[in-house]
Amino acid sequence: MKYALLVHQSQEQFDKRDNAAAMAAGRAYSEALQAAGVFVGGAGLESPQATTTVSIRDGKRQVHDGPYAETKEFLAGFGIIDVPDLDAALEWAARHPAAAFASVEVRPLLGSHFAVGGGKPS
Amino acid sequence: MSEAATRDVVEDTARNSYGRLIAFLAARSGDVAGAEDALSDAFVAALERWPQDGVPEKPEAWLLHVARNRLIDAARRHQVRQNSEMFLQQIAEEAQAVAERHDHFPDERLKLLFVCAHPAIDIAARTPLMLQIVLCLDAARIASAFLVSPAAMGQRLVRAKNKIRDAVIPCRAPDPPEWNERVSFVLDAIYSSYTAGWDSLNEAGSTLHALAADAITLGRTLVQLMPAEPEAQGLLALMLHCEARRAARYSTNGEFVPLDQQDTALWSRLMIDEAERHLRSAATFKRMGRYQLEAAIQSIHANRAISGEIDWPEIVLLYEGLVQLAPGIGSLVGRAVALAQAGNLAAGFAALEEIPAERTVNYQPYWAARGHLLQLLNKNDEAQKAFTRAASLTDDPALRDYLFKRSAEVI
Repeated sequence: MKYALLVHQSQEQFDKRDNAAAMAAGRAYSEALQAAGVFVGGAGLESPQATTTVSIRDGKRQVHDGPYAETKEFLAGFGIIDVPDLDAALEWAARHPAAAFASVEVRPLLGSHFAVGGGKPS
Repeated sequence: MSEAATRDVVEDTARNSYGRLIAFLAARSGDVAGAEDALSDAFVAALERWPQDGVPEKPEAWLLHVARNRLIDAARRHQVRQNSEMFLQQIAEEAQAVAERHDHFPDERLKLLFVCAHPAIDIAARTPLMLQIVLCLDAARIASAFLVSPAAMGQRLVRAKNKIRDAVIPCRAPDPPEWNERVSFVLDAIYSSYTAGWDSLNEAGSTLHALAADAITLGRTLVQLMPAEPEAQGLLALMLHCEARRAARYSTNGEFVPLDQQDTALWSRLMIDEAERHLRSAATFKRMGRYQLEAAIQSIHANRAISGEIDWPEIVLLYEGLVQLAPGIGSLVGRAVALAQAGNLAAGFAALEEIPAERTVNYQPYWAARGHLLQLLNKNDEAQKAFTRAASLTDDPALRDYLFKRSAEVI
């Protein structure tokens, strides 16, 4: 079963992440995911100021500067892991360095509803 | 066999085995809602077939077999083939094995209870889920017990079951490091349905009364399913002690009677004895917990039926333990009252004063306790205000009348 770990941060928390300790913690975490064989993909994201939003309405492409909606917290990074069930996903989310100060949303990937407890998705 | 007699057999099987069958299917598929649908189809099939073909030797195995076929149909319909074949095969083999064995159908309801009380499930849905899928209560009855519309309750239950399936909440009992916390979620969910059924209403046979009885049934089931967990026994003992006093809580005129003035002859000796048995058995594990302590406090109150007295110093000791383990507002207020009743009025009032105001603002028992202690301190004006405040915070008319009476008496 694949889960997305979505890290939500405030601007204040986001601004603190570019120090050596935070970066080392992030690297160590992703290495641990890989060592456990559960890592599918993931990345940290640039700030919302670097965001451009695209939509198509009435056949016309609309592009605007900034995120879809202004919110206090925004997506600062994501990871995708492949684990047997929600308990395992929650355990990995709790180990995420950002869980200690921001929050990590755990969301199943759309797909195998019928995934069997303990089974690997095909 | 006549149709009516067969219907009785089907209903008996549903009552005794529904939770087990759901647990068996859901533990393998991870899909509670799907298991319920398949199983209700299987029961419909039983009502059609058993009158003609006779009741099968192993009704549960027969129902499982039909339910499995329904699950296969559903999987085809929804074209979710990956993984499903493996588990359907597994169910088929295990159902076969169950049919061939001579022992009882396996009881995996404990796993279901842990799923229902999983921290990822909306806290408001946990107890209703337990009542519906473990005790097989219908949604309308659960809704009326929780004072929400059947539609809203139905929605809450559907959302919770979808979450179990879509987020793949595992159907299993947790391992030791997690065990205690997860058990406490199960215990708390059961206790909250008991207190919802306990508060406010006196009418026998009301839906709230029934909810309290259902909570006790869940408690008994839990003790069966985890015989080595003393807190499960503690919870059951606590609920039984409270339930034993139901008939004594209100006078024949419907007036509220406080615990220390209840007629002990109206208490249920049978329930008190059962509670005491569980409490003694829990003590042998030498692992104290919140529910055992609360039950022990109620046990001392129950002892008044024999000794005619309440051992308040002992209650103080138990509350000291309780506030260490679970410093809830209820135990803080209880400790303050016990201190005062044990003769240490100043310490009792100081303990009340220490509770942060934001926790007491809407908590009726705090204001009632405060009124009582102020009255003992001869601060009648303040006592009167506290009783009035308490009266305005209860939804039980009899208790409101009692508190207003206390308020009028102190002037």
